[in-house]
Amino acid sequence: MTDRRAELMLGAAAVAVVLIIVAMVVFIAISAWPSFQYNGLKWFGSGGDIDAELGDMVNAGGDPTAADYRVRAWPLIYATALTTVLAVLIGVVVAVLAAIFIVELAPPRVRAIIVPVVRLLAAVPSVVYGLVGILVLVPFVNDHLISENQRESVAYVITLNGPGVLVSVLILTLMITPIMIALTVDALSAVPRGWREGALALGVTRWRAVMSVSIRAIRPAIVAAAVLASARALGEAIMLSMVSGSKGFAPQPWDGVLFLFEPLRPLAATIAEQAEGIQAPALKASIYAMALVLLVSSLMLSVGGSLIKRSLRLGTAR
Amino acid sequence: MSTAPTTGGPRATPPGRRQRLLGELRLWRPLDLLGVVAAWTVGALLLLVAASLLLYMGIKGLQYVSLDLLITRPQPGADQSETGGILDPILGTLMIIAIATAIALPLAVGAALWIVEYSRPRWLARVVESGIEVIAGAPSIAIAIFGLAIFQLPIFSWASFSAADGGGVFGRSFIAAGSVMSLIALPSIFATTREALQSVPRHVREASYGLGKTKWATIRRVLLPTVKPDIATGTALGMGRIAGDTAIIVLLLGATLQLQAGSGIPGVGTLQGTGSTLTSYVYNNSPTGEGNAPEKAYAAAFVLMLLIIGLNLLVAGIGRRRAGTDLPR
Repeated sequence: MTDRRAELMLGAAAVAVVLIIVAMVVFIAISAWPSFQYNGLKWFGSGGDIDAELGDMVNAGGDPTAADYRVRAWPLIYATALTTVLAVLIGVVVAVLAAIFIVELAPPRVRAIIVPVVRLLAAVPSVVYGLVGILVLVPFVNDHLISENQRESVAYVITLNGPGVLVSVLILTLMITPIMIALTVDALSAVPRGWREGALALGVTRWRAVMSVSIRAIRPAIVAAAVLASARALGEAIMLSMVSGSKGFAPQPWDGVLFLFEPLRPLAATIAEQAEGIQAPALKASIYAMALVLLVSSLMLSVGGSLIKRSLRLGTAR
Repeated sequence: MSTAPTTGGPRATPPGRRQRLLGELRLWRPLDLLGVVAAWTVGALLLLVAASLLLYMGIKGLQYVSLDLLITRPQPGADQSETGGILDPILGTLMIIAIATAIALPLAVGAALWIVEYSRPRWLARVVESGIEVIAGAPSIAIAIFGLAIFQLPIFSWASFSAADGGGVFGRSFIAAGSVMSLIALPSIFATTREALQSVPRHVREASYGLGKTKWATIRRVLLPTVKPDIATGTALGMGRIAGDTAIIVLLLGATLQLQAGSGIPGVGTLQGTGSTLTSYVYNNSPTGEGNAPEKAYAAAFVLMLLIIGLNLLVAGIGRRRAGTDLPR
């Protein structure tokens, strides 16, 4: 084969990948358009029962009227943001502390076990986490944490039977933290030893040296890990559909402890559950609109992440 | 990486280090002490959670898994003793992995080779790189719903079966799920291949050119053999992601219990047909699904975990062999 042909062939593979991606974004945007057209910016607003709206779309069948396109997706967007932000916040703190433990504190024998285990945990399929969540955590929360009084106090709006904010965030954190730990450990053990020893030589304690030199140096890596984890949390559909309670409800933080048990359902889980009814045009448009929102958010996330990383790098270089 | 730490990390304990550390600790500020305690707590908690999760899955799996379960086909039924085994989901998982890898591998390696060795014009190279970053970050559910729409187009009617009355294309089949799944594996194969190619020093290529080899011959005879272990690593990682993904399977494989051929032609019919994988089997047999058979779900999850652990060991094994045989560059 000639060189010229080889270049064209390899180039074709690269271009094919790009074409698939462009097709994906364009296709989703076009299919989503009717939903945004009928709802405008109110699409993102609250008001109305999202589950009832989606149900009406299925009932409207093949020939929906404009009213059938009505979507007020706020509960779903809020649920996505809530679970993602909480899980990532907890995850970052845990990942940094765990990485310090693994790299700086743990005895070598413990470290030899813990690093492969963390990698394994990062590779465990989300459906397995979901299974453990629904068969172990949900019954536990239902039996031991929710009192009858709490159940009755909200019985006219929602049923509390275990799945909800607490279990969702816990399992989601468990799912995304291992990958963050793995990335942070990699970065932390790549910090030149001399930097920390320099700090130690100036009379700083070991902990201070780690916090002020090593952790400072790996801030871009921490941001990268957090971005990756957020993308995973944002798009997690199946596991959250198992443990979230699957109800288009916006849990209210001012409900106190009750908030932790209130059911919810993020965008991704909604798509997974409603995809069955995709033959109904109104529902199809709404589902694609949700997919577009997810896609755009994950895009903004990676762009924002690389901007933060760049500014942090510049900051340390100066 | 899990390789031996070259920098950082506690050194072998010299005698008396513990006493010195304790003495030093007394001088520390309370907040710093709190930090150390927190790090130890998190570390212990991590070990505890990991151990209990893996042990729990292991015990539950061993409790319910049996040879019988592995080699009988699943049957629909209300009674748990009649619902059969998990043969079809296992076959389904393997088929999906095979199809998706077969598509992703040449695309990803080709794209990586082009990026590192040619990448002309520059702007196109940048577009390709950011494009692959987009798929790496895109939620698999969004990719899945895109695939469903694509494979429901009439031009893809050969890939799945259509409604008997000439209505819509079903859009769910092994071909559909496998090809969409290839997008999940693509970024990891691409990233590992590209990094490996970039780490091959220039003089290796120049030596090959100096011997009169063309660029393509250099790629085939020098570069590809050199980066083969890294391609294998990326592929194994990608296979793990494929085996673990549920969203695409639930949307695009139809999630029928048994493999159902789409047409009469043997082999092709199965590819056009629907089925299930271990992940969708677990999902459907969890209390949220239709089956609600936790024992079967645990057994399937256990088999799935074994597969994932196997792929992980493979990655570690490749890495170790590579570290051993690597020539100094």
